[in-house]
Order: sequence, then structure tokens, then C-alpha cells
Amino acid sequence: MVTFTLNGKERTFDGDPDTPLLWVIRDLEKLTGTKYGCGVAQCGACTVHLDGMPRRSCITPIAMIDGSDVVTIEGISGKEAEAVQTAWAGLDVPQCGYCQSGQIMSAVALLQMLPKPTDDEIDGAMTGNLCRCATYHRIRAAIHNAANSMEG
Amino acid sequence: MKITLLITGIVANCLIVGAGILLAPASVAQNAGSLRPAESFQSIPDTRARSVALFEEAGKVIQHPRCVNCHPATERPLQGMSMHPHQPPVFRGDAGMGLVGMQCNTCHSEQNTPVVGQADTLKSIPGNPAWHLAPIEMAWEGKTLGQICEQLKDPKRNGEKTMAEMVEHMAHDELVGWGWQPGEGREPVPGTQDEFGKLIQAWVDTGAACPSP
Ligand code: FES
Ligand code: FES
Repeated sequence: MVTFTLNGKERTFDGDPDTPLLWVIRDLEKLTGTKYGCGVAQCGACTVHLDGMPRRSCITPIAMIDGSDVVTIEGISGKEAEAVQTAWAGLDVPQCGYCQSGQIMSAVALLQMLPKPTDDEIDGAMTGNLCRCATYHRIRAAIHNAANSMEG
Repeated sequence: MKITLLITGIVANCLIVGAGILLAPASVAQNAGSLRPAESFQSIPDTRARSVALFEEAGKVIQHPRCVNCHPATERPLQGMSMHPHQPPVFRGDAGMGLVGMQCNTCHSEQNTPVVGQADTLKSIPGNPAWHLAPIEMAWEGKTLGQICEQLKDPKRNGEKTMAEMVEHMAHDELVGWGWQPGEGREPVPGTQDEFGKLIQAWVDTGAACPSP
């Protein structure tokens, strides 16, 4: 039996310990904001926060997260999340939207660790989040906007 | 180069399929080779020649992609038996643990973890509690065995280790030991860590002579 917190609520899972966290989030918890892109840690669409750090849920066996705190796009909160939400809406960042939940989870984690990231720091943190619509230029601009909006 | 550009294009345009294409075919997990026992080198009468021969045998481990991939000469680790640049593109960062927001533990955990529900080309994600890159001064990528040998003896490029500490590191370090337990779908380095440690010990005991660079 695995016990963990999901968006602030205690959850349990009693099944195959190798079940990916992504499957639990989407299929059992019915939180479908977190996306399945590749399933093999290559695209970033499944990014969640595990104990406050970005983590690819598609390659995270559920047994590994016993006692951990998981936050998904549905539960993200705080000043960085609000700044990112406003900046994303302001620039109309998404195109098809499929990758955006993962992009936002990575962007919020970056701003929590580096409140004023440079272009290089943004590229370094976001390099594992692919976007087939190539919204990269708007993502980078929106992260700068979010950082600027949190100043002062 | 054309192939690299093509693959890069596919990734940019195709989130799902592109990711699949990037994965190198799985090398079947099997011991690709064994190590000659350190004692068997006693038959070489000249001490220096014996020392060099011992290190050359240990070199089967040291120069194996499993080891060199995380001793890169650039900021980017390598992957697979083909030693291609790591995908997704990750970089050294502080203490070899990756850049802020894209640290190794975004994907790698404390143990090799099975990949389920996917094509057979990727069976597991490698992991270890100490998962990180070797510092740049310990880069092995692109070096000859002789150059690596000299590097291992140079405190400035071996993490200030004495030779006794070097033997201990090679024989018992847990991340070094990962090379023999690399997870399903990955070829382990030859022999065992115990045999490797004995080769390194015997090399040091015979004067730690190096092959010509
Ligand atoms: S679905 Fe997890 S990284 Fe692509
Ligand atoms: S917005 Fe379409 S994949 Fe990123």
C-alpha cells in the first residue's frame, strides 16, 4: 500500500508497485491535466512536482513516492503559479495546449528556485519540455514577464 | 550531421513520435566480456610490463561506454553504447547534478526503474543514490587509455585521491558499481567490481605504470 499526498489530499494506492505515477494521476484519480506524451522521459508533458521539485511522472513508479507530496497542474498554487498563469494568459502562450501543463509545472518550479532567471537559465530548465507547436519563444517571454511581475 | 538535423526537426515537430525515435535500440543486458584475474598477470616477469598489462585489462571497464558516458569532456553527458549526446539535452550544472529545474533527479531516481507499457527499446531508466556526472577535470571522453591512466594518478585530476583512496573508490564506490548493475536493457561493464578492484590494486602494487599515451 502506497500513501501519498496529491494536491493536498491524502491518497492511497494498492496495486502493482511499478505502476507509473502518471497512470495513477490520470486513470485512477481522474486528474487529466497532466498529459501523456511519450511515456519515456523524453517530452516533459507529464511533469508534476514531487516534494517541490519537477519530476516526470511517466517514469516514476508509484512505489517510489510513498510518503511524498505530489502536486499537479490542478493543485499548483502560490505567487509563482499566479504570476505564471497571468503571464501565460497575457501572451496567449498555448497553441494546441497539449504540452502546456508540463511547461507550466517546469516554469513554476524554475521561478521558485530562481526568481529572476536569465535566458540561459530558462533554456536550461525548460529544455526537457517539448512543444510540437513551437511556442518556445512565447514560453520564454512569459517566464520573463512572470518574473518581472513578482519583483518588489 | 544531416541525420542529427533531421532528428532534431522530428523532435521539434512531433512530440510523441519524435521521442520514440530518439531512443537508441536497447542493448541486451548480458555480460559482454569477462576480466582476466589479477593473479594471472604474475606470468609477466617484468614488473613495469605487468603493471601496464594490468591497467590495460582494467581499461576494458574504464573505457566502456557505461563509464565514459558520465565522464564527458563537455557539459553534456553521453548515452548508450553509441555514446550519443544525452536526450533530452541536459547539462552538468552544480556538482554534476544538472541545471536548476532540470536536475538529474527530474528523471533518474535512486535505483534503476523499470519502464512499463512501452516499446521494448527502453526497458529501464538508470538510477543510483549518487547519480551525477564526474567533474570536468576527470573527463575521459576522447582520451586514450594512457592519458586516462596519467589522469588517475594526478591528484589535481583525480579528486585529490591518494592511490590507496583510488583503489578503494574503484573497488567499492557505489556509483562505480552501478556499471555492473546498469539496469535491464543495458550492457554491464565486463567482469565484477571485485575483480576490477583487484586489478587496480595489483596495478598500484606494481608501480602504477601507464600505457604509452
Ligand atoms: S510523457 Fe513523461 S516525459 Fe513524455
Ligand atoms: S502548444 Fe501544442 S504542443 Fe505545445
